[in-house]
Amino acid sequence: MLRLPGASPRTPGHLISAADLSRDDAVLILDTAEEMARVADRPIKKLPTLRGRTVVNLFFEDSTRTRISFEAAAKRLSADVINFSAKGSSVSKGESLKDTALTLEAMGADAVVIRHPASGAPYRLATSGWIDGAVVNAGDGTHEHPTQALLDAFTLRRRLVGADQGTGRGLDGRRVTIVGDVLHSRVARSNILLLHTLGARVTVVAPPTLVPIGVERWPCEVSYDLDRVLPTSDAVMMLRVQRERMNAAFFPTEREYSRRYGLDGDRMSRMPGDSVVMHPGPMNRGMEITAEVADSDRCTAVEQVANGVSIRMAVLYLLLGGNEPAVTHSRP
Amino acid sequence: MVPVDTDTTDSSADSSGAARPVLEAPDIARVLTRIAHEIVERAKGADDVVLLGIPTRGVYLARRLADKLAEITGRSIPVGSLDITMYRDDLRLRPARALARTDIPADGVDGRLVVLVDDVLFSGRTIRAALDALGDIGRPRAVQLAVLVDRGHRELPIRADYVGKNIPTSLRETVKVQLAEEDGRDTVLLGLQRPVTSGEQ
Repeated sequence: MLRLPGASPRTPGHLISAADLSRDDAVLILDTAEEMARVADRPIKKLPTLRGRTVVNLFFEDSTRTRISFEAAAKRLSADVINFSAKGSSVSKGESLKDTALTLEAMGADAVVIRHPASGAPYRLATSGWIDGAVVNAGDGTHEHPTQALLDAFTLRRRLVGADQGTGRGLDGRRVTIVGDVLHSRVARSNILLLHTLGARVTVVAPPTLVPIGVERWPCEVSYDLDRVLPTSDAVMMLRVQRERMNAAFFPTEREYSRRYGLDGDRMSRMPGDSVVMHPGPMNRGMEITAEVADSDRCTAVEQVANGVSIRMAVLYLLLGGNEPAVTHSRP
Repeated sequence: MVPVDTDTTDSSADSSGAARPVLEAPDIARVLTRIAHEIVERAKGADDVVLLGIPTRGVYLARRLADKLAEITGRSIPVGSLDITMYRDDLRLRPARALARTDIPADGVDGRLVVLVDDVLFSGRTIRAALDALGDIGRPRAVQLAVLVDRGHRELPIRADYVGKNIPTSLRETVKVQLAEEDGRDTVLLGLQRPVTSGEQ
């Protein structure tokens, strides 16, 4: 039986958190993305599936790559795309999320892809009854970024298991190490939850100041020593040091961080031969990753971007491709 | 009650209590051999034939036809699969469905004679979707259609070029094709429709 992404009882028909995805949901999304990826190899990279549907990209935070990825995905499925960014819009004049949502609803949005600096904004939008359409979380504060986790899992499955052999399977027994600013990273949070759901073993490596409180309840191990973890890692995911969030003395100097937690060619050579290096982008070359590693065959950063379009096509298709998403919100 | 697309055979149905076989394994094998010969005859040697099966069971039929064609002509015939889910006209009547594999042979379909292969021809809507899907992949010299069973009740101006067996049916009847690769045995069953529970595939 086919279930919709995010078919949790709290938010059916939306994709808010990687925690809402069951293993079957997650594998279904990855398998669907595998078929979507094949469309990219065809002369006509377009499917008529979402003709007549409207997808609104509602971005309260700057993010070019996520927005254009969602835009490309929606357009390949023939949906109409409306981009709404907070800068220079009614939001900068003081409009509330509710009024913005009601405006979008009046324009007939079938799906709203939302990026917001406040954690929980997509959940609010999905459960408030302000809009009827599906809500896709494209990153909220320091909470979650589920489509990034899905595309990372997709990239891992293609690299470690194989594009064809991987169909229908998870990432059972694979060891994934996530390195960097876990405290502020919604990418890390979503990845830990999703990779655990898919059966991978996750280890988090970060300076103690950048490990969040309560991490012992997360489905992962914690280490402070990158060199000890590297030889047993099938994949290493380098997180960007988010300068905009480094508002306290989390580490003494960038140089020291780079020495202890950055990935260079020397460290990479100690990883298993078929392991991969991932980065959600944008990269700070010389900080968490050296140019040598970033440009090597093992680094999947560019692949991740291409896979992002396939994953977002899969999510939009599964949310909008059928009849109305499972739930209809009662209007207030 | 709208006859919702029974083009793709209802595999979950377990109404076999009333279903009776109309084609058995040897009949299916003979029918496929005949269709293979017809393809060779009509295509004057089947030089540029590409077989594309429509998932799920059309793909197995296409592979079997390709084997028969290879026996007849002594050359291997390109065979692939064409998923039509994203091109269906009834997507919005049901929850989103899982996709099947589209696998186009390496040489493509441009300038070739594409023979679409499906198990049951019913409303014709699946074939309409397949023609749309094919248009996005390339420009064949011609497109033909081979089906194991034609059960009538067309809703679109579509007909098959190669038919295994014409089975006149009423709309209350169901035609179920079972193939060894998917169901463990080869047979075509004719049964009576249960009351359709919506949202079931």
